[in-house]
Amino acid sequence: MIIKVLGPGCANCKNLERVTREAVAELGIDATIEKVEDYPTIVGYGVMSTPGLVVDEHVILSGRVPTVAQVRELLAAVQS
Amino acid sequence: MTSVAERLRPGTPTRRWVGLAAAGAIWAVLYQANEPFWTWLIRDAAGMDLTGRAGSAVLFFCADAVKIALLLVGIIFVVTVLRSFMSLERTRAMLGGKREGVGNVMAASLGVVTPFCSCSAVPAFIGFVAAGIPIGVTMSFLIASPLVNEIAIGLLFGMFGLGPTLLYVVAGLTIAIVAGWILGRLGVEKWVEPFVFETRLGGQVIDTTAGLSWDDRIQMGVEEVATILRKIWPYLLVGISLGALIHGWAPTDFFTTYANASNPLGVFVAVLIGVPLYSNAAGVMPLVQSLYGAGLPMGTLLAFMMSVVALSLPEMILLRRVLKPRLIATFVGVVGTGIVAVGYLFNIVLAH
Repeated sequence: MIIKVLGPGCANCKNLERVTREAVAELGIDATIEKVEDYPTIVGYGVMSTPGLVVDEHVILSGRVPTVAQVRELLAAVQS
Repeated sequence: MTSVAERLRPGTPTRRWVGLAAAGAIWAVLYQANEPFWTWLIRDAAGMDLTGRAGSAVLFFCADAVKIALLLVGIIFVVTVLRSFMSLERTRAMLGGKREGVGNVMAASLGVVTPFCSCSAVPAFIGFVAAGIPIGVTMSFLIASPLVNEIAIGLLFGMFGLGPTLLYVVAGLTIAIVAGWILGRLGVEKWVEPFVFETRLGGQVIDTTAGLSWDDRIQMGVEEVATILRKIWPYLLVGISLGALIHGWAPTDFFTTYANASNPLGVFVAVLIGVPLYSNAAGVMPLVQSLYGAGLPMGTLLAFMMSVVALSLPEMILLRRVLKPRLIATFVGVVGTGIVAVGYLFNIVLAH
């Protein structure tokens, strides 16, 4: 699973990355987490409200920082 | 690690609404009891003379700090929950295919109600322009969004009443509409970084706020209250302290002598002071209230507040990623002129 955290490096983006890493660790799944800070690429995913979360090239969330539990649910849903 | 907001999540819908109603009732009681409580504590319990300088300053500081904090908590929460029904994606869809003129009016109005953080300014700009929305219309949105802020609307209404609030909203929208329209007329496309027009939008667009539950929206409200208060409390303390000092010690005719409505440079100086300051509308409001109490005219103060929130160096640096310096300079010039004009207009209208 390839997870991308979209955001220009604001506080919310860092929070989303942290939350995502925690969720991945809790689920124990094999995933690489990348940060995307380049504006055209971010907008290219259709994301205008940062931060955004992309799993295997699909946007699953944008515009807010979810809780660890919410990310865990989203990731589990993608996995199954 | 669970956040406070997460632990507050209720188990059932009944619990959620009962909890919300209880929080609202506690808020109302605190708001009503605030001034009588401090009056009692400072006059009767501490034995200070409220007509004296120290007594009136202490009362002003305590009562105002709590009043503003309560107003902020209530307003930010309600505004965030209401805003969670709007999104940038929905706004963009509504603006799609609108011509300049109508588009500017719609963009400015939507700028007021769309949830938006300054860190999204650049992606929003690219996303709007790449979707074919004219630059001028996009600028109307980006100007209105910080300039006419619902939290400021709520605070102005709580502190000054309906009149100044309406003036603020109408003036802010007018500036956003006219400035965006002028920028569009100037043909500023050549001053936008070319990569913006080359950006291709990806296939799927998700609506960021669709499908949220009430619990999600309430949690977002609680978190937003915490985030904003953490960010602006130093501004609040400085503003309220200044207010208390002015209240107790400043000679009442100091400001009215040097910064009255007929001083031709007043508004201009206020805007010049406001531009380098950077805060959101909620942060400057206590200062505005103090200065108003000290006799500064409302037009000058609204111009000051607007220049603090609408024109700021950090935002210019962010926008530099997509706009060439000439467009940023034009943007500052057009918006700054609008703010100065509004300040003078209000001072003339309100003086009669």
